[in-house]
Amino acid sequence: MIAIIDYGSGNINAIKNIYRKNNIACKFATKAQDLVGATKIILPGVGAFDSAMSNLNRSGMREALDSAVLEDKLPVLGVCVGMHIMTLNSEEGELAGLGWINAEVKLLDVERIAQKPKIPHMGWNSIETPTEHPLFNGIDKELGFYFLHSYYVHCQRQHDIMATAQYGKQFHCAFNRENIFGVQFHPEKSHSNGIDLFNNFSEL
Amino acid sequence: MLRSRVIPCLLVQNKGLVKTVKFKSAKYLGDPINAVKIFNEKQVDELMIFDIDASVSGVAPNYQMISHWANESRMPLCYGGGVKSAEQALKIIKLGVEKVALSSEVINDPNILVDIGAAVGKQSIVVVLDVKKSMFGRYELYTLNGKKKSNKKIVQLISEIEKIGVGEIVINCIDNDGTMKGYDLNLVRLVRDCSNVPLTVLGGAGSHDDLLQLIAEFKIIGAAAGSLFVFKGVYKAVLISYIPQAVRALIQTISKL
Repeated sequence: MIAIIDYGSGNINAIKNIYRKNNIACKFATKAQDLVGATKIILPGVGAFDSAMSNLNRSGMREALDSAVLEDKLPVLGVCVGMHIMTLNSEEGELAGLGWINAEVKLLDVERIAQKPKIPHMGWNSIETPTEHPLFNGIDKELGFYFLHSYYVHCQRQHDIMATAQYGKQFHCAFNRENIFGVQFHPEKSHSNGIDLFNNFSEL
Repeated sequence: MLRSRVIPCLLVQNKGLVKTVKFKSAKYLGDPINAVKIFNEKQVDELMIFDIDASVSGVAPNYQMISHWANESRMPLCYGGGVKSAEQALKIIKLGVEKVALSSEVINDPNILVDIGAAVGKQSIVVVLDVKKSMFGRYELYTLNGKKKSNKKIVQLISEIEKIGVGEIVINCIDNDGTMKGYDLNLVRLVRDCSNVPLTVLGGAGSHDDLLQLIAEFKIIGAAAGSLFVFKGVYKAVLISYIPQAVRALIQTISKL
């Protein structure tokens, strides 16, 4: 059973619909008890870092999530701002992140973006993966994924970088450390690549 | 690398899919949900759906209808029509819509963007500017689905809304709507020069060449079209389509700086 964290941030319905169409069991988790029986967790997110973080802190799920991810080692996938809040901190806000991964969130380097507009990075972009990982099985990397963001995650450990994309400069668009996964793009809105990624995550 | 977006734009009136010419004579085409399903299969870059009744008649967005589209859509979706408040915008985002479009309300009072941006994040706000050329060749803003001329100046309004915070501007050319004679590139130049956020152009695309011409000149830009993706042939038979693979490949090449 995949638990999709419903803390008032992120496109939870689109993710649920993809799993439902593929007959993969999932449910929304709005309180700590809902995490009981979960085998995997998806942490979506849109909007600002601080508002996502304070919504999560208010949800009453923070402790249960920490223990599921850090102690029980359940595979967890953060999407967009859901990925951002897994890190230590963000240039976008004041609040501390969950601190699950040694990374920080930075504003895209507008100085190096030649085209106009510079921010947000919006649209379909290709990705590159330095190493192969089952999460990206069958993914058309040239077609890539749909991005919509102004801030990105910068991993401090080279080993955690799972995928990169080019926008002004190369940035980290997916990370993985043990059971912890994060993607900057929106697989729930990336057609067949997104469906494949969610299916791959369910099979990890 | 990042590619320009090609975006079908669907208009909805009385819950039905319609297409207009110069914002008038709406022709009924079918059920919008069928179009959403076909665009899923065609793997389109993004989809815009505007309820052209909601703003004019002053009614609230039809959340049930929006939720139905959002649940079906596997591509990024932008909804516009009847959105006036942060609560409404947030409700729509929570239904699974990526971007909320506003027009008349923002032109009348750009400050409404403050609360909406705080609620949904400014990257999810799209401002649609309906523009028509005056008798003397000046571009003028219109509100209420092309019914009312605004006194606001385009360049000034864009700088105002960008200061407050907006994720994307859609420039909609009323004169070219439904004519399929190509985009008004002079209008695009005017807006591109004064704006710094992602720009999408709507109104006039009649062929894949029109899309390519726009992208070749402006590089990273949103090329939106209604008629081009819902009609086929000179008699305008209803047929939902999208750009073929060869055109996609070309776009990839010409999007490069």
